Amino acid sequence: MNVPVRKLVGYAALLAFGVAAPYLFPAYHSQLAELWLFVVFALTWDLVGGQMGYNSFGNVLFIGVGTYACAVVQVGLFYNVANYTSSDGGDLTIYVFDATQFLTGLAVGLPVAAVVAGLVAIVFGSAVLGMRGHYFAICTLGLGVAAGQIAAGWDWIGAGGGMSSPNTPASLGDVTVLLYYLAFGLAVLTFIMIRALLSTRFGLALNAIRDDEDKAEAMGLPTIYIKVTAWAMAAVMLGISGGILGNLKRFIDPIDVAFAGETYGVWMVLMAILGGKGTLWGPVIGATVFQVLKEVFWTYLLGWQRVALGLMIVVIVVFFPQGILGWAREKFPEWFGHRIDRSRTGETAREPAE
Amino acid sequence: MSALLEVESVSKAFGGVQANKDISLMVPEGSIVGLIGPNGSGKTTLFSSIVGQYPIDNGSIRFEGEEISRLRVPQIARLGLLRTFQQTRIYGQMTCMQNMIISASVRKRGFGEMFHGQHDPAVSKHAEDMLEFVGLYEKRLLRAGSLSFGQQKLLEFAMALMNEPRLLMLDEPTAGINPTLINGLIDRLKRANAQFGITLFVIEHNMRVIMNLAEHIYCLAHGELLAAGTPDQIRNDPNVLDAYLGAH
Repeated sequence: MNVPVRKLVGYAALLAFGVAAPYLFPAYHSQLAELWLFVVFALTWDLVGGQMGYNSFGNVLFIGVGTYACAVVQVGLFYNVANYTSSDGGDLTIYVFDATQFLTGLAVGLPVAAVVAGLVAIVFGSAVLGMRGHYFAICTLGLGVAAGQIAAGWDWIGAGGGMSSPNTPASLGDVTVLLYYLAFGLAVLTFIMIRALLSTRFGLALNAIRDDEDKAEAMGLPTIYIKVTAWAMAAVMLGISGGILGNLKRFIDPIDVAFAGETYGVWMVLMAILGGKGTLWGPVIGATVFQVLKEVFWTYLLGWQRVALGLMIVVIVVFFPQGILGWAREKFPEWFGHRIDRSRTGETAREPAE
Repeated sequence: MSALLEVESVSKAFGGVQANKDISLMVPEGSIVGLIGPNGSGKTTLFSSIVGQYPIDNGSIRFEGEEISRLRVPQIARLGLLRTFQQTRIYGQMTCMQNMIISASVRKRGFGEMFHGQHDPAVSKHAEDMLEFVGLYEKRLLRAGSLSFGQQKLLEFAMALMNEPRLLMLDEPTAGINPTLINGLIDRLKRANAQFGITLFVIEHNMRVIMNLAEHIYCLAHGELLAAGTPDQIRNDPNVLDAYLGAH
């Protein structure tokens, strides 16, 4: 089989696995859905962190904004949001959503989440992306934390008490399967988007900014527009993933679910590094390996799961800073379209051909 | 010959250090102009001021008659005024071809064209031609960071040509280049000027190179314009000799 055919078969097999997975592993619906969300987290983080070299620790900002935006729309279309969130405190009103209402809420909520997250990225990106290196990293970290604190203090969306996602109507059966397919579809869409993006001049421009931003500016590339566009694209996908996440977790805690910097915020960086920063498949592989290990730790090392996870983070960062694909790229550059001049002997010894 | 670049009474200080003081010079369209001076005389500062990297304290910089001293680096580059760096700068993890393709002129493209494919045949052909021109065609698929310093310098020059600038400001193009390659480089600079119609403004320490290359030379010392003239006038100017040999 030649290479394109083999690739096609590979993609088809993966798609088939994605579609069949809920039936193959009926006990793991929510873990599998979470896996695809992790793929989205890692892919979008890598677009900015790996391809463009801007290490963001605040991408949870977009997840959180998406989570709340989607939930507020889902509820707000049919009920008063303030009454809904305050009812968690003991008011016995039960808010019921029938199948049409629930599906309409999702259908409207997810696009709204995408748009709101994208806008947030444009507004903050224009300011924050002017900073470089560690300054950018620390600043985004602050953004994520601040957003969590603001959400925790905002009564309309439930403040620190959090906000329940809309109850799922019994007529829809197990909504987790629906959410699984939404997450799977989003992961595929994100992958296709990034793959296409990397084949354009825009993809090259991102790499140019990563390699030497001053040079890119000196060559006339509109770097600030490029950076904000890339971050906004990542944010749109993260916004949708946040909407799915909120429904999957059934309850939106401002700091543990929506703006979860300590978990999702760190994990997405880790997944991209584990798989290989700045590669297309790296984040996908990293997310998969990470999710499997995480679930194994939670199942077999309960009580010590955080310790095991922490140790794994240390091992990855210290011993595999290039990640799985980064290591492969170093070993087998030909697979990645790079060539290494093994014959080179220091300086060019002769006059280049005229 | 009309002036492509006019620098008028430009001053720039960093705290108490007067890096450039009241400098005026002019680069005519189609010419090759040199800029020399001892280390620390303010040559690179002047370059950085012209391309918008440092805001100038006072004075005026005009490109094609338009004031550019308040514009930002990418805006000035898109007007067709480009500089290369003393410390060679290329995109190290990308291949030479990728370096070239992303260097293709942004001036003629809108932001929307950012989302066009990388493999535009016309752009690729141009990139290959320019790599051939500097003698790096065989290295086109190598990672740029794996090239030797001299080759990176040539690549940077090719990237600048790929951008099709009106004026190219080169900061020590021959520094660090193998002496046997220097003649070839001088020849290429002259051909870039004659064939592609690119005006050159060159900082150079190698006197043999600059005397061969430039039609007109400005000499800086201690941030001030010390002398200006043809290579012969500069060569015989006692002030220039003093500045270099330290007769102060």
